[in-house]
Amino acid sequence: MTDSVLSFQAVSKNFSGLRVVDEVSFDVARGSRTALIGPNGAGKTTVFNLISGVYPIDDGKILLDGVDITRLPDRERINMGISRSFQNIRLMPHLSAIENVMLGQHARARKLGSLLFPLGWLPGNRWASEAADALAQAGLATYPGEVVANLPYGVQKRIEVVRAMMSDPKVLMLDEPAAGLNEKETGELQLLLEGASRRGVTLLVVEHDMQFVRSLCDHVVVLNFGKKIFEGPSSEVHRDPGVLEAYLGSEAVGDAA
Amino acid sequence: MSGYWTGIVAILCFNIVVAYSVFLPAAAGQLNLGAAGFVAIGAYTSGYLSTDVGLAMWLTIPIAALATGAVAFLISFPMLRTRGVYMVLATLAFAEIVQGIYINLEIFGAAAGYPVAAFAELDIIAPITILVILFVVFLMATRFGLSMRAVHDDERVASLFGVNTRMTKVAAFTLGGVIAGIGGAIWAHQFNYVEIQHFNILLSTFVLLYVLIGGTQTPYGPLVGAVFFTLLPEFLRVSNEWRFVIFGVIIVLMMVVRPEGLVTRTLVERFYGLFWRRGRTAVADR
Ligand SMILES: Nc1ncnc2c1ncn2[C@@H]1O[C@H](COP(=O)(O)OP(=O)(O)OP(=O)(O)O)[C@@H](O)[C@H]1O
Ligand SMILES: [Mg+2]
Repeated sequence: MTDSVLSFQAVSKNFSGLRVVDEVSFDVARGSRTALIGPNGAGKTTVFNLISGVYPIDDGKILLDGVDITRLPDRERINMGISRSFQNIRLMPHLSAIENVMLGQHARARKLGSLLFPLGWLPGNRWASEAADALAQAGLATYPGEVVANLPYGVQKRIEVVRAMMSDPKVLMLDEPAAGLNEKETGELQLLLEGASRRGVTLLVVEHDMQFVRSLCDHVVVLNFGKKIFEGPSSEVHRDPGVLEAYLGSEAVGDAA
Repeated sequence: MSGYWTGIVAILCFNIVVAYSVFLPAAAGQLNLGAAGFVAIGAYTSGYLSTDVGLAMWLTIPIAALATGAVAFLISFPMLRTRGVYMVLATLAFAEIVQGIYINLEIFGAAAGYPVAAFAELDIIAPITILVILFVVFLMATRFGLSMRAVHDDERVASLFGVNTRMTKVAAFTLGGVIAGIGGAIWAHQFNYVEIQHFNILLSTFVLLYVLIGGTQTPYGPLVGAVFFTLLPEFLRVSNEWRFVIFGVIIVLMMVVRPEGLVTRTLVERFYGLFWRRGRTAVADR
């Protein structure tokens, strides 16, 4: 048995009678780069929402490092080491880039002393400089003070990823991080994620760009209509008949093959 | 300074302080249309303590602040269950209840009002006002301030990043109450007469307008809004009959032209950029 950091056990979720996640089980190995793929509406984002605690699950169990987190409120889960980004950008629009990144640090700075300490006033403030460094490492050093709503899509998208990395998560869940990025930006994103992976962060990535998945991830879980239809090494996914059938007719088939 | 202008500056100080009391919950996304209720509690508490109990005036101000904060804390729990326009109505109802209670309390003179003996000069009121401004500016620069603004923008995501959204809102509402109590204490000792009729819906509405039109994105918005709206009527005094019409038109125009308020985050960043190119962003640009 491999050492799994996150374990999704026979989890089901209904939305008004519709079974969106149907007894799905999978394990995410520690330090792995796991992809969660599937056609539109397969339930990938819902799986992220269940893991991060946006919705309660109807059935099953979620374990993090062997600890049952099924009933834990969302804000406790990030303390346990789960962090995520969002498919539709959900940065705080009225905060600047660096402030959004500092929000990502919140789970590490919840003591009263940290809450009541001014950020960014004194040069060299630990939190502000850490956030600035993180932005710089992602190639976003030029934007720190800019209010996020004024920034281009590709920049916002990467700030989301940086923000999610700031809590020092065990598992970093990214929902279509490369969507809408150009080739150069996708390359920068990949370097960023490989860096995190080298530092021991486990990646769980939802992504439609199969080339991105193949070059980043070692393990793939495929969902279709809320059911898991494949799990295995990323080198084998494009040979699986069930996966090919699920993608049949969609343009991803050429990509996946 | 002439007595006339001294009076205006005192009112300005009162308006600024009460604007900040409404700003704090607003910065965390909570609209409070009950400022008058909190101010009334502060005014009666502080006036009673200095006149009937005989405490030194300076001492009654923090006590009134704490008492009003305590009330705000207690009612924040039912209040924060409501959202959006319902919260506006709930806070309004709270202020009406406060008014209804004080108008019946004989020890505070009921409807006739309550005379306060001690008088607060500008040299007391102005420093208090400055302290309130500095306190809020400081608070908004802390991680707690960041949490408040995060809750304002997207409560769910703030929570996913570990922010205790409920406590953040309770704290913002409570601190707003504390500041409103200070505002009430200023009022009581500036006018030496506390009449519940003054703490009405009109006061709550104007204060909320200062904040919304000044802008809730930065701690400078309420200051600009309060200064603007306190001084504007003075300049409009020329045409007395049309004052309120002009006033109303200006409010509507501002809402159309700058729906996010006069002072926005972007504006402040640009402003810093003008004078201080590497200022706030210096850390980041290293
Ligand atoms: N909050 C919700 N309420 C009702 N239905 C929902 C909700 N969230 C998701 N669904 C439904 O669940 C199904 C799966 O949605 P989900 O967003 O998880 O798919 P996805 O795999 O992420 O798709 P995509 O690739 O398009 O992002 C869809 O049919 C969607 O309409
Ligand atoms: Mg999705």
